[in-house]
Amino acid sequence: MDTLLRRLRHELFASKVDGLITLVLLGLIGAGGAGFLRWALGQAQWAVVRANSTLFALGRYPIEQQWRLWLLTALLAVATGITWGMLRSHPRPDRVGVLWPRNDRIAAVLLALLALGLPLALGLSGAVQLRWWGITALLLLWRWLAGRFGPGLPPLLKRLLPLGLPLLYLLGMVLIHGGLGLSPVSSSEWGGLMLTLLEASFAILLCFPLGVLLALGRRSELPLLRWGSVLYIEFIRGAPLITLLFLGQNMLGFLLPGGMAPERVWRAAWVLTLFAAAYLAEAVRSGLAAVPRGQLEAARSLGMSLPQAFASVVLPQALRVALPSMVGQFISLLQDTTLLSLIGLMELLGTARTVMANPAFLGRNAEVYFTLAVLFWCCCAALGLGSRALERRLDPAALARSG
Amino acid sequence: MRRSLRRFDSGMRLPTAFRPLALRRFATLAAPLALLPGLLSACAPDGGSGVQSAKMATIKARGKLICGVDGSLPGFSFVGPDGRYSGLDVDVCKAMAAALFGDPEKVEYRNLNSSERFAALASGEIDLLSRNTTMTLSRDAAGGNALNFAPPTFYDGQGVMAPTASGIRTLKDLAGKPICVESGTTTELNLADRMREQNIAYTPLKFQTGDQTYAAYLQGRCVAVTSDRSQLAGKRSSFPQPDAHTLLPDVMSKEPLAPATVNADPVWADAVRWTVYALFQAEELGISKATIAAKVAEAKANTNQADLRRFLGVEGEFGKQLGLPADFVAKIIAAVGNYGEIFDRNVGPGSRLKLDRGVNRQWKQGGLIYAPPFR
Repeated sequence: MDTLLRRLRHELFASKVDGLITLVLLGLIGAGGAGFLRWALGQAQWAVVRANSTLFALGRYPIEQQWRLWLLTALLAVATGITWGMLRSHPRPDRVGVLWPRNDRIAAVLLALLALGLPLALGLSGAVQLRWWGITALLLLWRWLAGRFGPGLPPLLKRLLPLGLPLLYLLGMVLIHGGLGLSPVSSSEWGGLMLTLLEASFAILLCFPLGVLLALGRRSELPLLRWGSVLYIEFIRGAPLITLLFLGQNMLGFLLPGGMAPERVWRAAWVLTLFAAAYLAEAVRSGLAAVPRGQLEAARSLGMSLPQAFASVVLPQALRVALPSMVGQFISLLQDTTLLSLIGLMELLGTARTVMANPAFLGRNAEVYFTLAVLFWCCCAALGLGSRALERRLDPAALARSG
Repeated sequence: MRRSLRRFDSGMRLPTAFRPLALRRFATLAAPLALLPGLLSACAPDGGSGVQSAKMATIKARGKLICGVDGSLPGFSFVGPDGRYSGLDVDVCKAMAAALFGDPEKVEYRNLNSSERFAALASGEIDLLSRNTTMTLSRDAAGGNALNFAPPTFYDGQGVMAPTASGIRTLKDLAGKPICVESGTTTELNLADRMREQNIAYTPLKFQTGDQTYAAYLQGRCVAVTSDRSQLAGKRSSFPQPDAHTLLPDVMSKEPLAPATVNADPVWADAVRWTVYALFQAEELGISKATIAAKVAEAKANTNQADLRRFLGVEGEFGKQLGLPADFVAKIIAAVGNYGEIFDRNVGPGSRLKLDRGVNRQWKQGGLIYAPPFR
């Protein structure tokens, strides 16, 4: 306590000027915070968020089919729990394995509090509240199970476990879209956070391989491949995303015979993917440029074929260098999905616009936009946290220490 | 909001240089096809059974109507907490679905912005555009957007709003007073033109965005604010005291908002046109959602009521001539009610917008809502 006080005095009140600046800033923060609290607790009418919470989460997804999304959420919780537990049970190269580090205990408590508080704050029905509890419990249970028994699994099973994630993604698509005996749900009824995450995850997953191929193509010695890649990347980077989205929505209908054009949701998803791939290619290219030429030559002299050398020597190093800027790209991609509201999709911002147009909630813009900002912040923060954890795991210095 | 969208629209017309080309190609392709059903129906005896429309065949095969709406216009189209669309524009879609299928829920809605709405219609992605679209010559003409407009379902126009307590009742009362207006819009120009015509001197107080404009009005920096009447009403309902503000009766511009289809399919366009007229006619005859069942029973029982029997499809071939079921009018009214009910529910006294019927009254009350005879 004493050291803390001394440190505070040293850092914030070292001189008269420092003290003055600190006081002014504290005053400003205090005034702003008080103003915000006054608004949030006094003037704001949160009924608009409470009444439309399903709309914000799922859009117009038919009520009788919503069990599919609950199932998907439960599966995602299980997958998250297993991944979390497995990661913890396998110690990071730079530190001793601890099954429940302090951060994890804080996260578990926060999660439980959120599961308890949020449904109450949103005024959800008892049954729905129970489901959220169940899902949180499922996540924590599998986190515990994977941490406790994960290391004892046969090595082959442990290697195959990550394959479950792409399978889960495909299963999720089937659950949302229908098929395999499930009645189809038209994509015009998808919306809200679900659509935002769907579009962003689709684009992020597909733009990554595309971007790597484009980056390799741009550095290729075959002129056709190189110039093709350069042309594509520069064309896409030369046009704002919104014009490409409009082009996708307006032109495809004329170019393809009636009914052949993919649905609007997928058109937008593909435009997002192709757009992000061009930017990602440049990030990967910067990573490739950072790998010394000697690495490739050394790999080749060891008798590796060119694809082998790229796949196991050059790309791993290049991608590690490019990781921060790639994640930055993914985060801005997630935020770019808001542009889809301009082409009439009901993703988060589109949902917000239609909610604000409801005569019952006219003038409640601040509450709606604030909710949107919080939701986006949560998604982007999760992406950022994940990437930083990955960076630490791939840090060559740490790898060397453990090696 | 609509004002700013319209500005966006005119801005978007430039970069779509490809559109006239594509449209023309589409038109040349579609023209012979479109003529075909026309020829067929011309040959058919008394125009009855030969009614064919490629569009209507597609819609019926699909089992639902695809309707283009805005999706975020208070009173015209928005999604409620239960995920259902509502609004005046939406009710037109529902009426059309009721006419085709007898079920107002057989509609798939597409949210469209003002720049893509015509392309979506021309490419066949939507069947019907019911999205606050002002009917104009260039949009109607074959050399322009080549649309086919149904009768306007809402006559909008620029209006003026002032605090009730200010005692301002007509434009003349605004002489020498400051008026808040969004700068760079047609609203600003219309205001200047109308005031010059009537020789009224005033002080325009210009703002960049709609939000600034209304904030200044609420702070009392001007005695009145001008915009489209439907938009003023929407804004007013979000004010702390909506009742303290009045819309002046003066209308300064013409904005007839009408549903639209493509030029290439006149049979489908007729079906849409007479569906809208049926809404008008039902109000004129005093047939409402509540009374439709009784009226149908009355028409069936009383053979002397020839007009009513024909209107409700008890006898005659009106439905058949349009390619719709014989009782399409009864289905429409049972589903959405007559025009007056639609107006009241979405933008009129029954809604928070509390718009006055104004020129949207029936012709017998001095308004513009007028249906030609169902004969």
